Amino acid sequence: MFTKGTKRKFSDPGEEPASSGDPGPAAPSAAARTLSSSYSLQRQSLLDMSLIKLQLCHMLVEPNLCRSVLIANTVRQIQEEMTQDGTWHIMTQALAAAQCPADRLVATEVLCRQTDAAAQAGQSPKPFSVVGLQEGYHSEEVVMEGDVETEVTMSSLSPLSPQLSSASYLTGPFEVGPCWEEEDEEEDHSESSEPSLMSEHSRHPALEELFSDVDPSYYDLDTVLTGTPKMGPYDLLESLSSHGPTALSSSSSCRSDLNELDHIMEIIVGS
Amino acid sequence: MAGPGGGSSDVQWYFSQVKGAMDDDVAEADIISTVEFNHSGELLATGDKGGRVVIFQQEPESKNQAQCRGEYNVYSTFQSHEPEFDYLKSLEIEEKINKIRWLPQKNAAQFLLSTNDKTIKLWKISERDKRAEGYNLKEEDGRYRDPNSVTTLRVPVLRPMDLMVEASPRRVFANAHTYHINSISVNSDHETYLSADDLRINLWHLEITDRSFNIVDIKPANMEELTEVITAAEFHPNQCNTFVYSSSKGTIRLCDMRASALCDRHTKLFEEPEDPNNRSFFSEIISSISDVKFSHSGRYMMTRDYLSVKVWDLNMETRPVETYQVHEYLRSKLCSLYENDCIFDKFECCWNGNDSVVMTGSYNNFFRMFDRGYRQDMTFEASRENSKPQSVLKPRKVSTGGKRKKDEISVDSLDFNKKILHTAWHPLDNIIAVATINNLYIFENKMN
Repeated sequence: MFTKGTKRKFSDPGEEPASSGDPGPAAPSAAARTLSSSYSLQRQSLLDMSLIKLQLCHMLVEPNLCRSVLIANTVRQIQEEMTQDGTWHIMTQALAAAQCPADRLVATEVLCRQTDAAAQAGQSPKPFSVVGLQEGYHSEEVVMEGDVETEVTMSSLSPLSPQLSSASYLTGPFEVGPCWEEEDEEEDHSESSEPSLMSEHSRHPALEELFSDVDPSYYDLDTVLTGTPKMGPYDLLESLSSHGPTALSSSSSCRSDLNELDHIMEIIVGS
Repeated sequence: MAGPGGGSSDVQWYFSQVKGAMDDDVAEADIISTVEFNHSGELLATGDKGGRVVIFQQEPESKNQAQCRGEYNVYSTFQSHEPEFDYLKSLEIEEKINKIRWLPQKNAAQFLLSTNDKTIKLWKISERDKRAEGYNLKEEDGRYRDPNSVTTLRVPVLRPMDLMVEASPRRVFANAHTYHINSISVNSDHETYLSADDLRINLWHLEITDRSFNIVDIKPANMEELTEVITAAEFHPNQCNTFVYSSSKGTIRLCDMRASALCDRHTKLFEEPEDPNNRSFFSEIISSISDVKFSHSGRYMMTRDYLSVKVWDLNMETRPVETYQVHEYLRSKLCSLYENDCIFDKFECCWNGNDSVVMTGSYNNFFRMFDRGYRQDMTFEASRENSKPQSVLKPRKVSTGGKRKKDEISVDSLDFNKKILHTAWHPLDNIIAVATINNLYIFENKMN
């Protein structure tokens, strides 16, 4: 019996079919919820592929919004399913355990969700935030699943490590960043119908200065909403060394003499 | 004049012409991005990625061969849009022509709307085949004569000259879209038109360029909640208050502008429930509608999603009345198609003049026709090999089973770089225009 508009509701895991892919993974039986390894491999590679595609949005001249939305929906779909399986948690833990200090600084971001938690109260839990992979920086970011309120991302291994791959980009739906949020900026600045955004701007005028020479693609809607800007690859260094704690979350003062990675570790451990 | 379409066995399709460069090396600017016949079918316009519009005109039927339709030859070529740079966002605005729509002809000149991602332009295409000579105040070269030297007056005479077709931009409708324009549609009142981008639809008056009315806005207050975009929109062919827009989630909404100024609440919602047997991670992507077209009668509309064409009765919202599988053999290849981005290709579709046949494109330069009455479907290929004048188009077939018959092509041999996204059908005759990447093929049919 069809219900109208039933699309991809994975509330009933038993009915879930195998994702249709080339090698044709063995479809998990409806009764048993044991995932065949080929299916989960398939799903994982689909997730990796999707995240890479989303990151490539940074590079395109003007990213296709429809494509980005469809890919993001796919990522969310996979994430939901993996969360239900419990494999999501396992994967992120494995990623966290496998990390080691990076040779060079990679894009690191610290996002504070405390201020935003209330705003997201009505939404389904989004434990992860997407962090951008900056092509050319040869980096990846691993997201730790911490408290719901505090999410921290940190640098990790080189991108060539196949296990980690890009499975580390996770989503909250639209923090995939400037793909479409950037397009929003122009009208957000001009529309008075969105006062919340305007007020965020005015509350942190210093941030504008801070990042005046940052590539605008890093300064997206998410930044405005959380009051904390996403930073480019080398901006964290600058901000840690020269600026106050405005750029960082719940952690107290910056310790510029600390190795950046150690500093981030402290944040994670501390939370 | 429109015959029974391509369906009955009496009718065959013939190659007529091919336009465009012959070499395999395709210049990016030459990629055809839109094809559209005008309302009489005499003119055929194409837009390309380089921002140019080329208009072909059909020659009058030759008197010698009554059955032979006139050829299409270049009538006018002009640069419609130029690349722009958005300094605020440090992004380029492509000059690619996304859509061309003709206005109904009101006088000797022709008018069309062409749009790129951000700006719509109204172009006037007019002919000049006479020139006035013998002005009193001007010399022949245009210099003004000294009025004192004029001793007699004469009446200027019109003399014939070589036909010159001029295209001039009459209106520029700019700065109304934050997102990329995907559709424009002229209203049946011939005074207004709509333009749709990913999140909004605007209503314009053809005479007024400095403002437009927003009639649909699906942008969420929080962009993080965005899960659906507008993919296409069209006005009803004879009800000037009605339009439809399709979404990336496979829904079509019909709106009545009389209901309210902002048509955020649809009058009708057309959506087919998903088939649970076919559900996969790609279900949503392949359900995204790439094109929506009303039938000429206005009773039906057709939608194109990745794998199928659906015909909907406007009176029934729950499911389409007809579904045609374009290339069902691709369903098992969705993962690869996702990887190479082909799954995001936006195929268009079109009706023939009397709404009995629908047509759409596919890969490997194949295009498909579905005869609604005879319940037949045909697959043809637009290729240089079949390009001998008046050569019959041989039906093509993709082998899906294990055994590949002779003349069939296997799914793995399909060339996914050769895609036919844009097709157009002459409104009154059985002439079709099919665009491969950089060539325009014109086919016509005859009764045996």
